[in-house]
Amino acid sequence: MSNFFNIIFSVDFGYAVLRVTTPILFAAMGALISDKAGVINIALEGMMLIAALTGVIVSALAQSAGLGLLAAVIMGALVGMLLAYFALNLKTDVILAAIAINLIAMGGTVFVLFVVGGDKGISSSLPSLVLPKVTIPLINKIPVLGSILSGHNILTYGAFLSVYLMYIFIYKTPLGLRIRAVGENPHAADSVGISVKKVQYIALTLSGALAGFGGAYMSMGYVSWFSKNMTAGRGFIALAAEAMGGATPQGAMATSLLFGFFDALSNSLQSLRIPAEFVQMIPYLATVIGLVIYAASKTRQIKRIQAQKERDAQL
Amino acid sequence: MFKQKRLFELSRTILAIAIALLIALVTILFVSEEPAKALSTFLLGPLKSVRHFGNVLEMMIPLLFTGLAVSIMFSAAQFNLGAEGAFFLGGIASTYIAVRWALPNVIHPAFAILLGGVVGAVFCGIPAILKVKWNASELVSSLMLNYVALFLGLYIINYFLRDVNAGAMVSYKLAESSKLIKMIPGTRVHFGILIAVLMVVLVYYLMYRTRWGYRIRLTGLNSSFARYSGIKTASVIVLAQLLGGFIAGVGGSIEVLGMYRRFSWQTLPGYGWDGIIVAILARNNPALIPVGAFFLAYLRIGADLMSRTSDVQSEVVYIIQGVMIVLIAAESFLAHYRHKLVFKEARNRST
Repeated sequence: MSNFFNIIFSVDFGYAVLRVTTPILFAAMGALISDKAGVINIALEGMMLIAALTGVIVSALAQSAGLGLLAAVIMGALVGMLLAYFALNLKTDVILAAIAINLIAMGGTVFVLFVVGGDKGISSSLPSLVLPKVTIPLINKIPVLGSILSGHNILTYGAFLSVYLMYIFIYKTPLGLRIRAVGENPHAADSVGISVKKVQYIALTLSGALAGFGGAYMSMGYVSWFSKNMTAGRGFIALAAEAMGGATPQGAMATSLLFGFFDALSNSLQSLRIPAEFVQMIPYLATVIGLVIYAASKTRQIKRIQAQKERDAQL
Repeated sequence: MFKQKRLFELSRTILAIAIALLIALVTILFVSEEPAKALSTFLLGPLKSVRHFGNVLEMMIPLLFTGLAVSIMFSAAQFNLGAEGAFFLGGIASTYIAVRWALPNVIHPAFAILLGGVVGAVFCGIPAILKVKWNASELVSSLMLNYVALFLGLYIINYFLRDVNAGAMVSYKLAESSKLIKMIPGTRVHFGILIAVLMVVLVYYLMYRTRWGYRIRLTGLNSSFARYSGIKTASVIVLAQLLGGFIAGVGGSIEVLGMYRRFSWQTLPGYGWDGIIVAILARNNPALIPVGAFFLAYLRIGADLMSRTSDVQSEVVYIIQGVMIVLIAAESFLAHYRHKLVFKEARNRST
């Protein structure tokens, strides 16, 4: 047991939490923006996978990590637009369209990986680059905290910055207001002259771009290669984190950190004598439990409001 | 009108498939050095020998089960994606019975399959209960629970059923008495195909000829209307998912007992996702599930043969699947023609 606490209260563990939270956080922001516009995006998983591969290929060909990141983000945005086209123009059920995108991503990335890299499992033959790590001056001098907060991949800081930007975007800009209006009540939004379709297109494209950042981080920061199905459900976890975070940027950040904590825990606990399978199960199980707690509290809240309304009506 | 609409839906589906195939063919033309050979193997390979056609039928069996499972849950408008986990855990449960218990011939597989089904039902029931009781999205929770099922299953194999002398992480050999007999000589097509066909008939009967099936479909079409008509939608939703989980679990059991000597899956086998494709191809109609399952199995085996004999990888199939799903599920795809059809019909009637 003391081993257990030694792991959790170590500098390495704190650093690891931020490291594994990064992709989930990006994807959770992607889930948030589409959810705010009233479309659930379960294609985040596939978008991240496609972006991760794009980043590896482009950075290897262009020998520039920056271009790799750019290509990954653009690719993510394009897949987001594709999903929007399917869902909004062709009127495919958005969940089925997203499942299709996930399936295409699962097989398509392996297919492309083989065509480009000659291997079906891993991109080790491609000389891809990683994005730089950043040492923050001053903060890195603080004992303990400095080692936890400084020296991360640039995208880790980007992920936390994206939470702030998302907050500003959604709550302080006209477009953010329109997105929220469409998500709250598309008919009402439509009646005041907002183009629902256009707003949802924008939201899904942004959602894809954010997933693109997450995917780029997976293959150009978290590790330095692409491997088959490397996102391992992070897109789905992000979806759960966003729901559990009450569909707000700061809430989604808190829950993403929570899942990052469990993810890091499962990595660290592998040194202890607990069956590896149980340890690997932790983040997923935590997600289900968290989701239920959130949904249950929300249901209770709605019931309370309804009861209040009825009481008011009686008076 | 009804007949015309059906004809329209059919031609729409065929066109969607044709477009998907065309995209795949173009892809093959681009990446292959010998596209003609690759293409002919892909499209005709499964027909060229009894063994390969047998492979198609073998692959159909799990697809029939997961396709049925998903179609029931989707009919109730429940996006429970737990068929994947239920299939996997069903396989684990029947492995346990097949390895640890000694039972006479027919009873052994029957009991193993039944237990697999029950485990699958319990597994798919969890998201259903979470949804009904606390309104937690069954989509997200079933996705997460699939991973829990994977690791739980691997734990059971690793700690209770693992044959340490086998080298890889596989279970002990399944008892001979627990295996399903082979049906067609020269192939591995096993007794499971008959159970699958029986299951198709049963599910069709349930969905279109019984009160419960009607309730499931009505709840799926319009749950508020169903509730106002006095249907207890909560129990219908749970029932549909228990049933779906049961069938997926049975499918997993049958796949293990029919095709394997030891349990050897290291990851989720993916048949749950395939079930979604089959259900969409069949538009959730149990009677059409065999058609969808056959088609998908044929594509898979064709692609597999192609990747073995040419320079094109079998993953090209995933592109076909994705395009098919999107176009078939797309309401607006060719909607223009449907409108015309309706309009013409209406004018004919009025004159």
